[in-house]
Amino acid sequence: MEYLPQLLFAIALVLGIGYFAKNVRKLSRNIKLGRDLDISDNKSQRWKNMAMIALGQSKMVKRPIAGILHVVVYIGFVVINIEVLEIIIDGLTGQHRVFSSLGSVYGFLIGVFEVLAVLVFVSVIIFWIRRNVIRLKRFLSSEMKGWPKNDGNNILYFEMVLMTLFLVMNATDLKFQAMDSGNIVSQYIAPWFSNFSENTIHMIERSAWWLHIIGILIFLNYLYFSKHLHILLAFPNTYYGKLTPKGQFENNETVTNEVKMMMDPNVDPFAAPAEGADATVPAKFGASDVQDLSWLNLLNAYTCTECGRCTSECPANQTGKKLSPRKIMMDTRDRLEEVGKNIDANKGEFKEDGKQLLGDYITNEELWACTSCNACVEACPVSIDPLNIIMQMRQYLVMEQSAAPMELNNMMTNIENNGAPWPYNQMDRLNWKNES
Amino acid sequence: MSELLKVPTMAEFMAAGKQPEVLFWVGCAGSFDDRAKKITKAFVKLLNKANVEFAVLGTEESCTGDPAKRSGNEFLFQMQAVTNIEIMNAYEIKKIVTACPHCFNTIKNEYPGLGGNYEVMHHTQFLKALLSEGRLTIEGGQYKGKRITFHDPCYLGRANDVYEAPRDLIRKLDAELVEMKSCKSRGLCCGAGGAQMFKEPEPGNKDVNIERTEQALETKPQIIAAGCPFCNTMMTDGVKNKEKEQDVAVMDIAELIANAQDL
Repeated sequence: MEYLPQLLFAIALVLGIGYFAKNVRKLSRNIKLGRDLDISDNKSQRWKNMAMIALGQSKMVKRPIAGILHVVVYIGFVVINIEVLEIIIDGLTGQHRVFSSLGSVYGFLIGVFEVLAVLVFVSVIIFWIRRNVIRLKRFLSSEMKGWPKNDGNNILYFEMVLMTLFLVMNATDLKFQAMDSGNIVSQYIAPWFSNFSENTIHMIERSAWWLHIIGILIFLNYLYFSKHLHILLAFPNTYYGKLTPKGQFENNETVTNEVKMMMDPNVDPFAAPAEGADATVPAKFGASDVQDLSWLNLLNAYTCTECGRCTSECPANQTGKKLSPRKIMMDTRDRLEEVGKNIDANKGEFKEDGKQLLGDYITNEELWACTSCNACVEACPVSIDPLNIIMQMRQYLVMEQSAAPMELNNMMTNIENNGAPWPYNQMDRLNWKNES
Repeated sequence: MSELLKVPTMAEFMAAGKQPEVLFWVGCAGSFDDRAKKITKAFVKLLNKANVEFAVLGTEESCTGDPAKRSGNEFLFQMQAVTNIEIMNAYEIKKIVTACPHCFNTIKNEYPGLGGNYEVMHHTQFLKALLSEGRLTIEGGQYKGKRITFHDPCYLGRANDVYEAPRDLIRKLDAELVEMKSCKSRGLCCGAGGAQMFKEPEPGNKDVNIERTEQALETKPQIIAAGCPFCNTMMTDGVKNKEKEQDVAVMDIAELIANAQDL
């Protein structure tokens, strides 16, 4: 009986971490459903970007209010989690505040945690007010109805509860209060409980302690189902983010091979493939579903925390068009999850479900509203590139379905026939020289 | 005036056994669009004034393929690209200047992967270089003290991080440079990019160029400066829509500089 709490703790820990690990494997498998893409270049620049953008939050503070509040919550999250280490050791060994032997250093650490806990609590309240009272426009778009809205609030509630439990746990820890070191905040909460018996206070302390660690394990497992995954994926996502100029769109290699064949007079288009040559059918042009996108596009989708900075900067969205870069990312994730569940349900094989990303999630109208201006890419605090997905889907529409708007077809016919998007004769290209 | 423009072609240079200092890539808008042709001529006047040995491809130039690529027609883009690259490589072209940010971006960033490697400059960068080399001098002239706001073209600014060259040139005119609320890396698109120039916009509650023009007019400018023929068209339309064309002119940087020198 003596070891029962430790046993229960170990079970909770194994269950919590085990279920999370299982979902991480699923996440990794889903991302790998994407098209292969080699990103092994410029390692030092990539580490630097990760350090600056993810660790250093350099793009978050471009919007100072949300940025600074976010930095507070982020630092609080990282620093207070040192405390989790002590909780785990205590829980497994049956000790109490194992690090308190560090003396004044311990007092200092806990003091910092307590101050941060209050700052996080306040920041989270402000975040909640921005979403639910001030009702900032970018949190109210049509794609933010239902689960995405609840998800955003759930995360805030989680953090409020966890911070409260942490402070209550400290305030009701009579031994800790007696140390009178590090209880910067909790000493003012302790009197609230002074009417209770010592036994009751101890019960409250134990409850807060248990709820705190179980809350953390639940929150950890909530990540996979939530936009909150960004706290982990922002790191790889900024590492793999685009390094070339934003205006440089990748040249589609499948097309390059076709063009080379066309331009080479020695190629026999009807020749049978050479013995042993790769005889696979060429990949389709562009993307109509998540498996056609690159694994980086899919990592982008899981990383998106739906902050909406992209959408609020998008010229199409600002002028009332249906396009929302955030929705492109959310749709990609939703469809990827659907495909993943399909694979789980069919013994590891994807069974055709008659749906795809194009049409069932993202409409042609959204895709054609994009001006390719890169405002969304610039705005993203974690290096997500919605434009890359839009362009791949336009490629599918045009090259596989010939489904461009009529005016664009006219423009392309002009380029094909006379080398300009308008119907002018190529031989007249220098006429301007002699016009007054 | 027009007979004074010296616009030699690459073919002529080749025939004379010479190589120009730089190829001026005129682009489709610069060749065919009535408004953009004025920008082309203003830039040529400046090149002539600075005695730059440049050449154009003339009838051998063809669309870079930018609007095709941004529409999703990668096939047509690459066909255009390899054709252009073949011609430019045959002329052994090393350096290119263009007054169109779309041509600039495509040739600079997307041609290398298809075999076309050149040093590519936007005309504002090129003019700035001429200035610092002392080959061209700028005086404010008629623009001294005028309120000018600069609209960042997406394919020059965000796409390629060129924000200062055009602004430096405006400052050289002794003009008062005023910034819009969205500028530089947060500049709002004019609405023409991604091949939108060639189609009707999707349903919405406003056209992008109107939104951008409103931002520009908020700065109470006398001139809206642009560095892209398509932005120029969109902003000109926006100003007309607001019935402000009597008070506010939309001008390319090259035109401002050429006019200031009474060229």
